[in-house]
Amino acid sequence: MNTNEAIYEYCLRLGDTSLILAHRLSELCGHGPILEEDIAMQNIALDLVGQSRIILSYAAQIEGKGKTEDDLAYLRDAFSYRNLLMAEQPNTDFAHTMVRQFFMSAYQYFLYTHLHNSADETIKGFAQKSLKETIYHLRHSTDWILRLGDGTDESNMRTQGAVDELQQFIDDLFDADEVDAILLQQKIGADMEQIKKAWHEKVKEVFALAKIKWEPANGGTRKGSRRGIHTEYLGYILAEMQWLQRVYPGNQW
Amino acid sequence: MENNSWPTWEVFTQKKSGAPFEHAGSVKAADKEMALLNARDVYSRRNEAINLWVVLTDNITASTPEDMGPFFDPANDKMYRSPNFYKTPDGIKQIN
Repeated sequence: MNTNEAIYEYCLRLGDTSLILAHRLSELCGHGPILEEDIAMQNIALDLVGQSRIILSYAAQIEGKGKTEDDLAYLRDAFSYRNLLMAEQPNTDFAHTMVRQFFMSAYQYFLYTHLHNSADETIKGFAQKSLKETIYHLRHSTDWILRLGDGTDESNMRTQGAVDELQQFIDDLFDADEVDAILLQQKIGADMEQIKKAWHEKVKEVFALAKIKWEPANGGTRKGSRRGIHTEYLGYILAEMQWLQRVYPGNQW
Repeated sequence: MENNSWPTWEVFTQKKSGAPFEHAGSVKAADKEMALLNARDVYSRRNEAINLWVVLTDNITASTPEDMGPFFDPANDKMYRSPNFYKTPDGIKQIN
């Protein structure tokens, strides 16, 4: 694998993760618990679509086959998608939505902090822009984890349930492979071991304050997003997201 | 969730450094931190503000329509209360 092939894969991972997470949040448009929170979640979704657009455009450019970010978003099947498994997990209830967001925003926060100094100018610019947005996303979801975890018996139970269920997708976040190794060596990518360490410290600190029990399984949980092996949910997301372009190819509005 | 159980907060935004804070609207929130985040999301999602204040609506004391006469009328017939007779340089907009 040469450097350009590695950058292409890497950009798909970054872009697809933001896109699929944005889509999950967009499903809640008009269904937020209160108007203010509805707007907050859609603001985050729009930020994530913006991130995805930048980095998928770059992926299309690197690939050099004359495609656009829309071609990559709307015309790839699930096995070609590289989003993290965590991002595609369903909303279920508000606790699941916020725990997923907290895990993802903390991940993106530490990842973008490292990519901030990338030797690749586009990835560097992407990380710098995205980091500002992510700081806010992390503040928002952290705030909710504290409220829900240290709230009522019901909110604590639901938050604990979401944490216990979603923790099976944590190993997938840090499952570095050849792509990461090539880009780390070229100072383009990030050291996943460092991000993993920082992420665990942050999560542990917040859950302690939020009175959430945190004993993540050490290995043996689900992985595979970097090879396009997804949970059952991604196919349904793509069916909804892509149907218009599939039925009316090239249609614009 | 009972939306009505959360108090209302008044939101004030400052558009640029040195400009006065202006009332933008209100939000519902459980406490001041949440009020600030909600205010940011509702009233400054397109860069409308560089600073925000949130104040619990209950903490604002307002004049009532009945106060209108005694509060405001006496100012109407005393032109010398207004700085209208000072000369100001052209292009000054903030003084009136």
